[in-house]
Amino acid sequence: MIPASFDYQVAESPEHAVALLTEHGDEAKLLAGGHSLIPMMRFRLATPAVLIDVGRLQDLRYINATNGSIAIGALTRHSELEHSKLLAQSVPLLASVAALVGDPAVRHRGTIGGTLAHSDPASDLPAALLALGATIVARGPHGDREIAITDFFTGYFESALADDEMIVEVRVPVSTGGWDYQKFNRRAQDWAIVGVAVAQGGSGVSLVNMGSTPLRASATEQALASGASVAEAATLAAEGLQPPGDLNADAEFRSHLARVLTERALVAAGASST
Amino acid sequence: MKSITLAVNGTERKLDVEPRTLLVHALRDELRLTGTNIGCDSSSCGACTVLVDGQSAKACTMFAVQAEGTSITTIEGISGAEGAGLHPMQQAFHEHHALQCGYCTPGMVMAAISLVEEYPELDDRGVRHGLEGNLCRCTGYQNIVNAVLACAGAKEEQS
Ligand SMILES: Cc1cc2nc3c(=O)[nH]c(=O)nc-3n(C[C@H](O)[C@H](O)[C@H](O)COP(=O)(O)OP(=O)(O)OC[C@H]3O[C@@H](n4cnc5c(N)ncnc54)[C@H](O)[C@@H]3O)c2cc1C
Ligand code: FES
Ligand code: FES
Repeated sequence: MIPASFDYQVAESPEHAVALLTEHGDEAKLLAGGHSLIPMMRFRLATPAVLIDVGRLQDLRYINATNGSIAIGALTRHSELEHSKLLAQSVPLLASVAALVGDPAVRHRGTIGGTLAHSDPASDLPAALLALGATIVARGPHGDREIAITDFFTGYFESALADDEMIVEVRVPVSTGGWDYQKFNRRAQDWAIVGVAVAQGGSGVSLVNMGSTPLRASATEQALASGASVAEAATLAAEGLQPPGDLNADAEFRSHLARVLTERALVAAGASST
Repeated sequence: MKSITLAVNGTERKLDVEPRTLLVHALRDELRLTGTNIGCDSSSCGACTVLVDGQSAKACTMFAVQAEGTSITTIEGISGAEGAGLHPMQQAFHEHHALQCGYCTPGMVMAAISLVEEYPELDDRGVRHGLEGNLCRCTGYQNIVNAVLACAGAKEEQS
């Protein structure tokens, strides 16, 4: 379907984007890679009156090392994460998850800021960033604030961002301990039915598509920290969760997948109790 | 309406488009470049794949206004001047019988050209993973994979 009409504005800077957001309120939406927003507009699930194109803000496309962490500009594309040598050395989990998002054409346009702001519990990068303990830098009319990723996802497709805020940067601690990502799906190019990301040998374990937001498998993390075996810890992966049921999988099957994939990911990451 | 300027197959073009006009509609309906097909409504079939500044992109999942200032290559633009023959990827598709009805082919060829540029060391798995976003309802993919591997191999030998 052809999207509903909208007014198109090009942001000249992040501050300009924030000013336009402030001016137009909830009528407006930012347009980054467009690979979540345009499909929704084509189905008319989203009908913003104003689109503010931030896709031309080249200054927000970077991956830099800064004392102990990696700073990634919000407009950095999935394919840039995938091919970054710095990321492959410093946060290999993130580079390797980026290579599994959609297909190459999707990765050429989709951005890290866009996938975070979209807050889809079925997306890959948000869950990986959750396992890694990332920090999100949001710019608003009164300047920047840092949001810990554990506070970022507030509900189904909802985040802690205010209507007049824009993500400008994502900071990821250097993380070279054992890691793995398990993405289970049945069709090519599809979202995960369930996914599991493991960072730092098991101190960060997160789940894709097991609830209304990306989630930490906290029961598994705690069990590992207090000396449980990998197999024991993995059986707790779905503890206390209410995964969704859909055409692909019911809640029980999702819980089963979470346990099996968590064990596989922990083994691949070389996790063991300490 | 918005005025945009972009390069399409090496020629600068100026267009007046509604902001909601998808790039694929601008190419097909305004510029009459109908080689780029539309196969779905959900950004999932890849029939509309073109190159934006040399990289594959789904022309149905971009607004034409986003293409302002970019360089677009469509299937019409890859074979060079009249009489210059097919692009090596087209030639490989021809030789390996990598098409039947041909509907997916323009998108498949554009995605494959981008793929061999992006991943210099491609194997069978890599081609299958790299073409996940391009659906073919006829060939069963095997001959497409053969064609892309043959073209990638020939390219490697040259360099
Ligand atoms: C065919 C297809 C397959 C896909 N497969 C997968 C998959 O397997 N796994 C996966 O994880 N994802 C998948 N995706 C989604 C893809 O990763 C998207 O690119 C991503 O989710 C959104 O990023 P974007 O830059 O395109 O955002 P947009 O679509 O431009 O924006 C998405 C939302 O975020 C907001 N936004 C964008 N940037 C910012 C910012 N800097 N600050 C604040 N708000 C912002 C927008 O206003 C909008 O609400 C797929 C998409 C397609 C089309
Ligand atoms: S028409 Fe199907 S992906 Fe563009
Ligand atoms: S040749 Fe018919 S869809 Fe591919």
